[in-house]
Parts: sequence; structure tokens; C-alpha cells
Amino acid sequence: MSPQPQAAVGAPLSRVDGRLKVTGQADYAADRPQARTTSLGGTPIIQGVVHAVVVDSSIAVGRITAIDTTAAEAQPGVLRVITHLNAPTLPYRDNAGSNNPPGRRLRVFQDDRVLFHGQPVAVAVATTLEAAQHAASLVQVTYDAQDSSTDISAPDNPTNTPQTYTRGDAQTALASAAVRLEMTYRPARNHHNPMEPHATTARWDGDQLTVWDKTQWVIGGTQTELAAVFGIPVASVRVIAPFVGGGFGSGLRTWPHVTVAALAARETGRPVKLVLTRRQQYFGAGYRPAYEYAVRLGSDGNGRVTAMTHDIRSETSTYENFAERGILPLGQTLYNTPNVSQTYRTVPLDVNTPVAMRGPGFATAAYAIESAMDELAHELGIDPIELRLRNEPEADPSNGQAFSTRRLRDCYTTGAREFGWSARNPTPRSTRDGDWLIGTGMATGMYHTLRAAAQASVRLDADGTALVQSATIDMGPGTYTSMTQVAADGLGLPMRRVTFRLGDSVMPNAPLHGGSLTMASVGSAVQNGADQLRQQAIQLAVGDEQSPLYGADANSVVVQSGRMYVSGDPSRGETYERLLARNSRDSLEVLGSYSPAQSRFTIDAYAAVFAEVAVDARLGLVRVRRMLGVYDAGRIISPKLADSQALGGMVGGIGQALLEHTVTDHRDGRIVNANLADYLVPVNADVPDLRAIYLDGEDREADPIGVKGLGEVVLVGVAPAIANAVFHATGRRVRDLPITADALL
Amino acid sequence: MSTELPNSPPPPAEPSQAPSRRTFIAASTAVGGAVAAGALVAGPAPLGAQDAVAADGPPNGEVSLTVNGKRHTLTIDNRTSLLDLVREHLGLTGSKKGCNAGACGACTVLVDGRRVNSCLTLAVRLNGAEVTTIEGLARGDRLHPLQEAFVEQDAFQCGFCTPGQIMSGVACIDEGHTRSADEIREWMSGNICRCGCYVKIVRAVEQAAAGGK
Amino acid sequence: MHPFSYTKAADTREALNAGRSGGRYIAGGTTLVDLMRETVERPGTLVDISALPLRQITVTERGGLRIGALVRMGEAAAHPKVRTTYSVISQALELSASAQLRNMATIGGNIMQRTRCTYFRDVTAACNKREPGSGCAALEGFNRSHAILGTSDQCVATHPSDVAVAFAALEATVHLLGPDGKERSVAFADFLLQPGSTPNREQAIRTGELITAVEVPALPRPLRSGYLKVRDRQSYEFALTSAAVALHIRGGVIREAKVAAGGVGTVPWKLPKVEQHLIGERPSASLWTAAAEQASDGAHPLQHNGFKVELLKRTVERQLRIVGGDA
Repeated sequence: MSPQPQAAVGAPLSRVDGRLKVTGQADYAADRPQARTTSLGGTPIIQGVVHAVVVDSSIAVGRITAIDTTAAEAQPGVLRVITHLNAPTLPYRDNAGSNNPPGRRLRVFQDDRVLFHGQPVAVAVATTLEAAQHAASLVQVTYDAQDSSTDISAPDNPTNTPQTYTRGDAQTALASAAVRLEMTYRPARNHHNPMEPHATTARWDGDQLTVWDKTQWVIGGTQTELAAVFGIPVASVRVIAPFVGGGFGSGLRTWPHVTVAALAARETGRPVKLVLTRRQQYFGAGYRPAYEYAVRLGSDGNGRVTAMTHDIRSETSTYENFAERGILPLGQTLYNTPNVSQTYRTVPLDVNTPVAMRGPGFATAAYAIESAMDELAHELGIDPIELRLRNEPEADPSNGQAFSTRRLRDCYTTGAREFGWSARNPTPRSTRDGDWLIGTGMATGMYHTLRAAAQASVRLDADGTALVQSATIDMGPGTYTSMTQVAADGLGLPMRRVTFRLGDSVMPNAPLHGGSLTMASVGSAVQNGADQLRQQAIQLAVGDEQSPLYGADANSVVVQSGRMYVSGDPSRGETYERLLARNSRDSLEVLGSYSPAQSRFTIDAYAAVFAEVAVDARLGLVRVRRMLGVYDAGRIISPKLADSQALGGMVGGIGQALLEHTVTDHRDGRIVNANLADYLVPVNADVPDLRAIYLDGEDREADPIGVKGLGEVVLVGVAPAIANAVFHATGRRVRDLPITADALL
Repeated sequence: MSTELPNSPPPPAEPSQAPSRRTFIAASTAVGGAVAAGALVAGPAPLGAQDAVAADGPPNGEVSLTVNGKRHTLTIDNRTSLLDLVREHLGLTGSKKGCNAGACGACTVLVDGRRVNSCLTLAVRLNGAEVTTIEGLARGDRLHPLQEAFVEQDAFQCGFCTPGQIMSGVACIDEGHTRSADEIREWMSGNICRCGCYVKIVRAVEQAAAGGK
Repeated sequence: MHPFSYTKAADTREALNAGRSGGRYIAGGTTLVDLMRETVERPGTLVDISALPLRQITVTERGGLRIGALVRMGEAAAHPKVRTTYSVISQALELSASAQLRNMATIGGNIMQRTRCTYFRDVTAACNKREPGSGCAALEGFNRSHAILGTSDQCVATHPSDVAVAFAALEATVHLLGPDGKERSVAFADFLLQPGSTPNREQAIRTGELITAVEVPALPRPLRSGYLKVRDRQSYEFALTSAAVALHIRGGVIREAKVAAGGVGTVPWKLPKVEQHLIGERPSASLWTAAAEQASDGAHPLQHNGFKVELLKRTVERQLRIVGGDA
């Protein structure tokens, strides 16, 4: 079959949903009740929505001994206050296919137990938001509180069964190494804090439940979970999420408030809108867990790393064991170290359960490992890039597999050239600009290329437009746009004649929107569907006596601007419209699909990140001056959007490195900075000009469209690059994140 | 066209639901003589008679204000913020609630030409005010230059903070705080973008401030 | 938010009448509405004073500045007279909050704003300021942002305002109008109260009293002044430490020095010892260092804010140099 001309893919196009987003017409989960038809959505009107506000526990562990809802219920407009005392029993069936970690998930209003500070203990439902908020504040809960344990650093914390990995004999190799380093890094707990708070609007129509939800997984996440919780068929639940205002992982699970909203709707017989407050985000959804990551590193005098041990601890809840899949691979695959040992323990604490956050595991491991490598480079007096090159593996050292594509050397070279690395004076604290100490640092990023089965329906209508649908999500990377690009080229249609829809559980199945797997998985399904449909049209044409293409070799026909023609003879052809009209077809429709194949290769995306910081020598303030990321991420479908994603990853990394820290008061498990004034994320003034370079290329081993995933790898490596730059600027190594003035004075 | 005037008698309460509550009455009139359509889009979604008035409802007040050129006279709960007014009562959900505490800027709108956090603005105080939300920025199909610049520069990803960013940017340009990229960064720092689009937000504001391209 | 009744005062008399009967004045509302939503504040009646004629900035007979209580932060910062004669005020204002909040919040409201202490803002936590006698969760809690100066065993919360630090430095006066129609003036240093044993009493203001203006006294010219704010984030954050400095240097000698610090005290912290060290001296790097060395005198650091002791000295030193020069 002749390759389709590539017009949309690879072109720096603006977002197809841009107009909706800049005019306020993009509808997020809490925007649902209004009647509106958009070119992407066209969602039903919800009549008579009422409001629900959750009441959270003010203790970490214990029992509820009494709840007085009298004052709350007496408020004008209050319909119901639901607590464990009056809530119906919910089945809470297992939901193995979802993202629920091992354990027993929190069951809302099912008993008097409190497992963490902020756990939902009641919900007030009222006809107005103001009444519901006020009623929630009037619910009086009495507790029998017990001592809580929320500090991962506390001595004698019990741990869950560790995960381990060993190759070679790290202990012996360490003992005989010419240079040995031992460090412990402590990255803080981080919260995703998407700008859109978690929100659910729920409505029952008889036994049918519809929710408009902020979710990153409409089918496998929210739909199956609600069916399991309420003990109803999956088909009885519909989940709609055409726009998601950021996620970064926080929407990868169905959190308790989603159940609360659905329960409140059932109990009141009214559609219910429930929006978590910003404060409630901090315990109503997950977070990137705090870690203690101890690294021991042995090297010969030339920087050949002979041994590395990783002793890792992260926090989890007492009721679920959240262990990060992504914490171990980097230590096994990034460097060609013959002797490696890893032990990863989770520490159950009286906290709510963590969840994946952008670059899950990898970002944390990269901070520790890439800081350690920088420490080694300094110790040995070897340039940090040179040190990495000396330990660059030719094949995956964890299993001997070849890499599909691994162009880290190109990333380093390009980055060094574009950043001006060669001008760097390697001596720490050697460059000054007035009050500011200037430093540069670099680090490597990596994230495994995940793929999952996906489907997409593709329909070509008689008017020559196409509709492509898949139950995936667009939390910001530009799924709408990139899928339209893939479909447009596959169908041979201009962008404007293709509409891509997503975010509805009635659509063909798609995997979770996370782990950078959407483009590879859904994109491949879209491409498959577009190819199938194009072939179907071509087959119809070449078999149609009245078609100019009659009798042509189907494999020689391509489609451009909606016109099929023989690739060597462009005058011989006709449009889709003519073909369908003549054949009295309203439309052609196929179901595209993709299933990842088992690969003999190790497939990862890579990054080299460079940062320049200024540290006020006396005041200890750190300011990022410039950053550069160079990525080996396979084929770039949508360059304009990919650029935005990379810069956004850098901004996230600036936050992780310098600002973000969820602080728990360990006396009672209270999060003390559960708001955006005290949990600091970068603002505009924190962000200088940033630059991203994607290496040209593709990885057909990864998936049919050659992509390796972007969303995670652009964050991994940012924080250590900044931390290394801070060391270079000041000569001071800070091993806790975030790095704040306190540590640098 | 029939509009329900603020002082008209309340619709009858539904007997089955006691105590029934009236939460809201609205009348919509047009500015400049034109007749406004869709007068009664008010209420926390149209509730109908079952949520009708009760004398013991929460303290409320009447306010008459202009939103995107359209005059609204409403009786509202004193506690209602301007943000909740436009979102829940006027159906203008472009303005977003990111923190409800003045710490993120997602709710930014213009009141009498100045950018403010609508989440911290009590609606009942806005008698006579002129409010512009993101929905009121374009002229028909023609986007405001800053809206166009946001699309061209790709100054957003998830889009949730975007209405607030754009409203803030429009004011930033009007105020003249666009003499340098650093000045824009500082004066746009009241709007958090968690997707991290700041570099492009600055470019978009620069582009619009320069008069288009 | 608890229900409240609302009245808009058409004039000062109406406002005072409503204030006398227990009404709570609301101007910009940026603190009050926020705290009402957290149910920290539960006023029964709000008296909207935004229509009152308190929006002028005037030069006083003696050459000082009188800033009306209802002048918005943004307006005050941009006012040519403020910018040219007291840049420390403009800078403090423009380094506060965000452009949006500065368009809402007023000068009177700014100095009345309440602490950002997380335990104060959380009604489920112990807080003597919010609920006298309930204890102070911050004393042994997470207190990185808390005060090291002017604290008591009852309260360690900082006053969050920036411009109040400038007012404290410049020895401003707060003009008040009582419900009986009587005016009085309180020196800024006496207006904001240290917690002592009554942390719930924050200002020397009487029930129903209205702030009408803040007056900044005339200072000899030329006056160099400025505000330095040290914080983790580059913008839109409260101060870890800050310094307001105004210097009158004539003939190469410092004749007047006005210095105060923010982010470190339960009230804006005037630094008279630093001032005295400067007066009569010639600007020099060593002078700045020596003077600033006394900035943290009397500090009582807590578990998480010990770094502020040194940071404060360095903040003051830096700002003395920025204002006074490198010479």
C-alpha cells in the first residue's frame, strides 16, 4: 500500500479546541449543568442540579463517636446530610482492572472508622451552594482520637514487604571500589494541584447513573469503579469528561468524593454537583509520596561506576499499599553498572493513599541517581556529561535486550552545544554576577514507553467529513489535536474535515490517560482505523465500474484532500463524496484498534536537561535563569503542542526542585499548607525563557506511529539538573527537596 | 416577552416539599433598549416551583449589574460571590474556580474595567457594576487579539486557567505593564498555570500588546 | 460561610451608625471574605463602606502624605506622589499579593488584615487568636513562616502586610473616626498590637471605629527609600523576611534613618537600634553590616524558623546597601 502523504502530522498546528478554551466554552466537570452545545461535546442539559459539600475528619485515626446534623439540616435549602449513621450499605465489589492498589479501599460512610486526617465523614446536600457550604460547616462530629503516625522519617516505622532487585554483587564491588559515596536524598511529598479541582456531577435516571467527572480514565477508572462500588452493571454507568483541567495523575483513580456525589444524587433523587475545595484536594485525592532514597555508589578512578545500591522508602496509607512501579527501572537500566542492588519498602502511615504523579517513580529515582552521579563527577573531577558517557550501556543492562532507540549520546551532544556547556568552569562557586552565584547543572531523564490496548471508531460521512471517537482524555497535552492530525493524514482529509471526540464511556475503549501512553496507544488505534477506512473506500472505488479508479491497483491509490487517486497518475481519481453518493452510502465506518506487541527490545524515551541557576550568595534564594531540554522521544506528532508540554515539564520540575512541599503536622496528621498560597507552585515570575529540542526520529518498534511518549520524560531529570546547578553555583549540596533559602544560608 | 420582576410575587411553593425555599429570582433586561433573550436562565439551574420562596431563607439582597453588556437584576443570597453568580446563576462557566481564595487567579474578571478575583467579590456589593467575563471578550465571531494570540502561541494546555489568564492579560495590556518580558511576568503572576505555559503566555501578551503580530 | 445581613452605607454617618450596632465594615474584602468562607470570621452584618469619601491621596500641610483608607493598594502604589516621594510604599504595595488583589484591597483593609498562620485559618486547630484560651498549635507545630520577634507563649503569628512595614518604618499615623463622630489619631507603632496574653486583640481600634486615613509624616529631602521582600517564590507570596528602609543622606552623612522589618514580627517590626547605628555615619558596606547585625536582637526562634534570625540580618543589610549605596 502506498504511504499516505504526511500533511498534518509533524506540522506546527494550533489546537483544534483552542477557540473553545480561549472563549470559556470548554466544559469541565463542574461546568456541566449549563445547557450548551459545543462542536466537540454536545452534552445533555441537567435540570435541577443541587450542591453537595463534603465534611472532612479533623483527626487522623480513631472513631466517630457522634455526629450531630441537626443544625445543618435546619438550614434553609438543605435537602439531606448523609453520614455513616444513615448511609446505605454499598457493595464495594472488587475492581481488579482499575488503578486501585492492593488493600481495602476507603469506603465512604460505611463505618465509624477514621483512617486519615481529612477523610470524608459526612456530606451536606442543598439547593444552593451557599446553603450546602454553610450546612457542612455546621455538622458537629465527635471523635475518639488515637495516636497517629504520619512521618516517614520516624524511627521504627514498620514497612511492607520490600521489592528487591539484584545483579552482580554490589556489596563486594563497593568494598573494593576506588571511590565510594553514600548519600540519602529526601524529596518531599508533592501534590498535583491541577488548576481544576476534582469535581463530579452525578445524575440517576432510574438505575442508570451518569457522571460528569474529572477523570483520566472514563472506562477502566471511573465507570468500572462506580459500578463496583454501587454493585451495578458497568453498562449502567456512563462517564463523561470532554475537558479535564489538568491532572498530572490525580485523576488516575476514582476518589471517594465521586462515590459521595453519586450516593448523594441517589439519596436525594436530584442531580448533584460536588466540587472539592482546594484544601480538600490535598487529602481527597492522591499525591506523589515523600521518599527517603539512600544511594551508595562505587566507582573506579576513571568514573566507571562498578556498583550502586538503592535503599528506598516511600509513604503509603495503612489501608492500601501504593508502591511505585517506576521507582526501580531507572536504577537498573540507565547506567551500565555491573553490580546493582535495590530494596524498595513502602511505609504504611495514617495518611490517604498516594497516586502516580507526572513521571511517577522515575522522577524521584532520577533526582537521587542523577544527583549522586553529579556528586561522583565532582568527586572525581570528571565532567558530568563525560561521566555519563563512560557509563552509557550498549544494551539494557538489566536483561541484555537491545534498545529499540536510545539516543542519549545525541541528547548530551546537542544539549551541550546548544546550552554552551563547554564554557562551563567546573569549579563550584566560581561564577558570580553581583550578589548572585551562577551555576549550571545537567541531568538525564528517562521514562519507559508504555502502551496499552486501545480502540477508536472512524466514520466517513457522505459529505466528506469524518468523525473519530475514542474514550480517551485530553487533560492538556492536546489529544484532540494530535489524534485529529493522525486521522486526517490516515484518511487523506484536511484537518478541518475531521472531528475527534473523546471523554465518554460510550465511546470505544481506551486506556488510562497517563504514563505518556495515550499517543502511542490511542494514536495507533486511530491510525489503524483511518487506514482501514481509507482502504475500504479505495476497495469500493476500484471495484466500482463507474469509478475512475475502477480496476486500479488498490495498493497504488492514495488519498489527499479527500480525493482518492493513483499515486503515479494524479488525474485518475475521485473524491470520497462522489464515491459514497454514487454508491448510496451515508457513511463508511470501522473500528480501529491497537494491541501492543511483545517486543524483544527495551523501549524508553530519554532526555538531557540543562539548567542555569542564580543563587543569592547571602539570602539563599534560588532563581532559575534558563533551561534547555533535549529529548529522544520518537516521532513528534504535534510539534507546537509537544514544545508546550516540554516547557510545562520544566516548570513542573522547577516547582519540585525549589518550591513544592506538602507539609504534614505529625501531631495530628493535618496538612498545614493545603492551599495555593502556602503550597507554592511556580508563578509566571519564576519562569525564564525555556527551550526544548526534540531530536528528529521515530521508533517503529515502539508502536505503529513511532512515538515514545512525552508527558513524563519532560519532567524526569529537571529537578536534579536544577539541584546540580545549585551545587555548582554554591558548592553546597542540598539533598532534600525542595531546596529553599533555609538550607542555603 | 415576560420577565419576572424582582418584586413580583413568588411562585407558589410546592406543598409536598416543606420547607420549600426560594433561592433566587432574576429578571434580565437589555441595555440600550434591545430586548434580552432567555431572561430566566437564573437559579442554580432552573429549579422550578419546587424550590420556591420561603420567608425564612438566608439574608439576600437585590443587585442590578451588567455582565458582558447585558443588564441583570437579581435577588441573591448575600453570600454569593461574583464567581458563583456568573457560574451558577448566569450560566457563564468560563470563569473558573481554582482555589476560591484569591490564590490562583482562575476566576479573574473585569469589574468596571479593572481585573479582580471574582471569588473574593461578594456579588451583592456590585450594584451598578459593569462586569466582563471571558464570554464577553470576543465580538461575535471575532476573537479578541489576546484570545487569538493565546491560540497562536499555544499559551495553554488544559485550558482551565486560560479564561483568567486572558482576562488578566487584557487588563495587563490596558494598564501598560508590558514594557518588558520581566514586567509581564511580574504583572501576570497573579494567575497560576499548573501546566506551566508561562513562557507562551508572556509571548501571547507581548503579541497582543504589540497590536496583533 | 455563615449567613449575614448586608447594608451599604451611603455616607460616613450611616456607616458609623451601622458600625455602632455591631456591623462589620467591609472595604476590599479580600481578607474578610476569604476568612468568612473558612468560617474564621462570622460577622452578623456587613457594612459596605466602599461609597465613603475616603479615596483621596493628599499632601499634608507639613509635607507628608495622607492616604485615604479606601484608596486601593494598586492606586496608592501607582500614585505619582507616592511613587516619587515614598518609593518604599509603592514598592511594598507592588510586591504584595497580585495585580487583581491590589485592585480590590484598600489601604485601611491592608493594615487590618489578619495573619496567614495556618492554624489560625483552620477552625479545627487550636488558636488563641481565633478562640482565646484554646491554645496555640503553631508553637510546637509547623512554624517556618512564623514570627521570631514580638511573640508570646500565646501566639507567634506574623502580621502579613508589606505596606504596614513601610508605614511602621516611616512612623505613620492612623486616623480614626469613632461612632460618636470624634476623630482620633494613633501612632502606627501603637496601632498594631503584639499578642501578649490577648492575641485576639490585634489593633488599637474600638468597636465601630472607622479608619479614615493613614498619614505618613514629612521627612527631610532628599529621601531614598525602598522595600526588599525575601520569599521562596518570586511573586505572589507573603514575605519570609522583608525590610523597609528610608535614608536621608546629606553631605555624605546619614541624617535620618527609618528601618523596619516584615515577616519576622507579630507586628511590623521597627528597628530603632539599627536606625541609631546609622545616624551620623557615612554609608559604607561595613556600616550596613554592623547596623544590620542588631536587626534580630531579642529574637525567639521556633523549631522551624530559626533561619529567619540570620536571614533577617542579611535582608536588612542588603536593603541598607540597595538604598544607601555601595559607597
